[in-house]
Amino acid sequence: MPQIREKVDVCVIGAGHAGCEAALACARLGLETVIFTVSVDSIALMPCNPNIGGSSKGHLVRELDALGGEMGKNIDKTFIQSKMLNASKGPAVHSLRAQADKADYSREMRRILENQEHLSIRQIEVCEILWEEIAAGPARKKVTGIKTFTGTVYECKAVILCTGTYLRARCLCGESITYTGPNGLQAANHLTSSLEEMGIELQRFKTGTPARMDGRSLDYSKMEEQFGDERIVPFSFSTDPDSVQKDQVSCWLTYTNERTHDIIRENLDRSPIYAGIIEGTGPRYCPSIEDKVVKFAEKERHQVFIEPEGLHTNEMYISGMSSSLPEDVQLAMYRTVPGLENCKIVKNAYAIEYDCINARQLDPTLEFKAVSGLFSAGQFNGSSGYEEAAAQGLIAGINAAMSVLGKEPLILDRSESYIGVLIDDLVTKDNREPYRMMTSRAEYRLLLRQDNADLRLREKGYRVGLIGREQYEELLEKKRMIDKEIDRLKNTFLGANREIQAFLESVGSSPLKTSVSLAELICRPELSYEGLAKIDKDRKVLPESVIEQVEIEIKYEGYIARQLRQVEQFKKTEKKLIPPDLDYDKVPSLRIEARQKLKFFRPVSIGQASRISGVSPADVSVLLVFLEHYARCGKEEDQG
Amino acid sequence: MLQENTIAAIATGMTDSGIGIVRISGPDAVTVGDKFFRSRSGKAVLKTSKSHMMRYGFILNDDIPQTDPDWKDHIIDEVMAVVMYAPRSFTGEDTVEIQCHGGVLVMQKILETSLKCGARLAQPGEFTKRAFLNGRIDLSRAEAVMDVIRSRNEYALSASVKQLRGDLYEIVRQLRAEILYEIAFIEAALDDPEHISLHEYPERLRGKVTDLLGRIKKLLDTADNGRMMKEGIATVLIGKPNAGKSSLLNLLVGQERAIVTDVAGTTRDILEEYISLHGIGLKIIDTAGIRETQDTVEKIGVERARQYAEEADLIVFVADGSVPLDENDRKILSLIRDKRAIVLLNKSDLKDIVPEEKMNAFLHEILPDRKDIPVIRTSFKGNTGITDFEDAVKEMFLQGELSHNSEIAITNLRHKEALQNSYESLLLVEQSIDNGMEEDFYSIDLTNAYSELGKIIGEEVNDDVVEEIFSKFCMGK
Repeated sequence: MPQIREKVDVCVIGAGHAGCEAALACARLGLETVIFTVSVDSIALMPCNPNIGGSSKGHLVRELDALGGEMGKNIDKTFIQSKMLNASKGPAVHSLRAQADKADYSREMRRILENQEHLSIRQIEVCEILWEEIAAGPARKKVTGIKTFTGTVYECKAVILCTGTYLRARCLCGESITYTGPNGLQAANHLTSSLEEMGIELQRFKTGTPARMDGRSLDYSKMEEQFGDERIVPFSFSTDPDSVQKDQVSCWLTYTNERTHDIIRENLDRSPIYAGIIEGTGPRYCPSIEDKVVKFAEKERHQVFIEPEGLHTNEMYISGMSSSLPEDVQLAMYRTVPGLENCKIVKNAYAIEYDCINARQLDPTLEFKAVSGLFSAGQFNGSSGYEEAAAQGLIAGINAAMSVLGKEPLILDRSESYIGVLIDDLVTKDNREPYRMMTSRAEYRLLLRQDNADLRLREKGYRVGLIGREQYEELLEKKRMIDKEIDRLKNTFLGANREIQAFLESVGSSPLKTSVSLAELICRPELSYEGLAKIDKDRKVLPESVIEQVEIEIKYEGYIARQLRQVEQFKKTEKKLIPPDLDYDKVPSLRIEARQKLKFFRPVSIGQASRISGVSPADVSVLLVFLEHYARCGKEEDQG
Repeated sequence: MLQENTIAAIATGMTDSGIGIVRISGPDAVTVGDKFFRSRSGKAVLKTSKSHMMRYGFILNDDIPQTDPDWKDHIIDEVMAVVMYAPRSFTGEDTVEIQCHGGVLVMQKILETSLKCGARLAQPGEFTKRAFLNGRIDLSRAEAVMDVIRSRNEYALSASVKQLRGDLYEIVRQLRAEILYEIAFIEAALDDPEHISLHEYPERLRGKVTDLLGRIKKLLDTADNGRMMKEGIATVLIGKPNAGKSSLLNLLVGQERAIVTDVAGTTRDILEEYISLHGIGLKIIDTAGIRETQDTVEKIGVERARQYAEEADLIVFVADGSVPLDENDRKILSLIRDKRAIVLLNKSDLKDIVPEEKMNAFLHEILPDRKDIPVIRTSFKGNTGITDFEDAVKEMFLQGELSHNSEIAITNLRHKEALQNSYESLLLVEQSIDNGMEEDFYSIDLTNAYSELGKIIGEEVNDDVVEEIFSKFCMGK
């Protein structure tokens, strides 16, 4: 049979949020890239919640944008409501979340992909990864290409797996089981065995989604209206804030009640999870309504948010009530909720099970330790969420490109980004459920704010080649302005004269005893940069984003300094690298458990080793001593 | 680990000996030393001293300014100190060694002062590790170094946990659980602000933190620096008059101290003795025999005995086995309550009126929840049962394994350091609340307090917070 053979640089398998970022990054770095999908109409599909961002996920989108990713720009173009969460809390936990018009979001991303130079889209299932054995290095295999269902071979230098929830997917709605991917799309059933043949270990995770309803059948008068923010903040640092101020749609809040819970309890035996039909592990942070009722039996009600799926559809997303109960139970249960009494279901809630990997098989570059040139990102790596997927997609894309181009990889660490925390957790920890980003996972979150993602990462994006010269210059200028203004505020002193005292009294602040700097005044809880305009006469007009940084840096200086000290310690251990071919059996005095864990993970640095559960501080000390020994021995051998 | 900060420890063994050495090593060693070492004329002289030159002077009990005219009031010990600049020291770092009098108590005081002045307590094997990493120990010893780290850590940890019998362990665990709940609550609310509200939470947390601070303060006070180790285990002898309490004391002390006659009620006052039993210090308090009495002198003694029993670490109830148990014994036994206790059935060489089974039944009747009180038959006159008693004490306080006072002292110091650090972190939480800081700032210091307490019971933070969030709070969509 005649066979088509193509030659490209990179193949990206899957065109969800991870695949899109990965493919765009590679193509933008000049590599010939093909992105494969089972359905071109489902590029950048949002099969679950209709929003982007949220607590800590908003941070990921900001960071992605600073590095040159697409998600932030795409949501800025297609959102229909926007909110800054935690606005009353500290700046570290402010988090942006926008409701998307799902169809627009998907269509817009498709347009971006279609118009990207060096990138082609191919609608076909990929069945096989092609590889060869190699002699040298810790990886024993090397990727050479992929093969499609129709037999075409694409020879390439790197493959990025972004299969999401499609691998051997199975959807469950009570007793009814369909072997499809999300939203009834075709599952990918062939790739798993090819991966297994390569020695990659797979596991099964599950997740779920609530029902979609016909908006005309809902009674909003029984619900509380949820508005967007008055002043909208865009996700992307390159979006002009004035361009996103527009009319927004509302979401609605209602509650479950005891009757809802009774119906669920009475029918638990018909839930595939409780009946034991589902074997996959589900996420605790995104529990089904059955889980909530069972685990938190004492709660009399649970919140239910009704969110529009877009401007040109009546479909409403019933947030908070995902379920895998049978259709009849779903309908009965939804109809007990105020406002949903006469609801008509458009799409049933369902649970989905899929193949994914334990990401400990990956390096922090998201390349497989055992297969050179094979990268993976997104839900396939055991994460959950559009934002987590996109962030990994971008990093996998960049690193695939760097390896093809023979350049240094991009590894972000825990002290510089949420993306670093996400990837480090994935490749280091034992994750037994789909991993979701949370602010509590970031040790240095005071430094990792959504407002300073550009200051933290834009330069890296520029070095990699995804951020242009002009944007980089803008960043440098912003940094200069911030430093200059902080310097000025710290060195401008006000005496205890009558004007100042009168001003302080007028704003309810205690009078001065000696002269103080403007910075010291800003530190007072009741005062702000803005509020001092009256007595700060030499002040120049500065951009809002600069003022924001200046104020945060001054107000939280003590806390920030403390975190910086912690980071300094952290960096030292991260910089102590462990040779990739270290033979742990030769390290004496390690406990057996630690030895096994270290052999399995092969941590890159002492820092990473210390985060592996089962490796104690004493084991780390032993390892340090051994590495020193190793280094000195090596030197002696060289001399001899 | 890899931290280039300044560490301190006692470099010689922790036994009472002629001379002891406290070593401070690291970049700030000299600065730390100058805070509490003074020359004869009261000057901080280490900074200007030549390397490897001995200086005579005094150790103060804190960072005392050189200008303080009363500096002499703070002297702990008269010592020789020497500065050794890098790389010419054991660790290869700047080092200050203080050669002091070798009493355990003195060495500990000096070490404690160095910690107050900015040093960190060295980890087991850390001096040796630094020496190796700085190239001061040759390669052939690398393996030995790793063994030292491994074995000392295991020993210290087991010592630490073993020492934390019952009470302290439970208290620390409880404190941690309560702190973790608060962290998880804040974090859950930050992650899912639409489901979990922090409305009016700061006020609630303020009360909670005050409560936690009080409890940790209490621990710090009572568990202060291995009080038991320093002052001895407060042991109170109780029992009816003439049961043999004073005879026991004399036996243990080895000299006739208390006036012992056969007339009931001869010990009118409280006697205190400090003895060393298999390396465990006991501060023994002999009380006047407790019984209903009209005699006013004796009555005061009885009242005080009750008070001592309240504050005791160990109660030794001496019963006269040659006479029947009565209402007085019942009253005296009830003083034991939840204290560690040993019952001695004395005069077993005389008539065996109260056999062990009877005593056990009696005990069970009065203290039904206590199954852990050993009953030992003794005859102080015949010198029998004393070894059993000593073994029981050893078993109770050392779990039969800890034979080195030094380890106890060091783990105690670690505990204190951790308690102090968590206390200070909680103070910062209090401060943040009072300054109206946003809620996410509280969890930073709460987490510090939590992980410090974890050091006491050998537990790390890892994913505790995430686990707690999911188990206690119903999250999102």
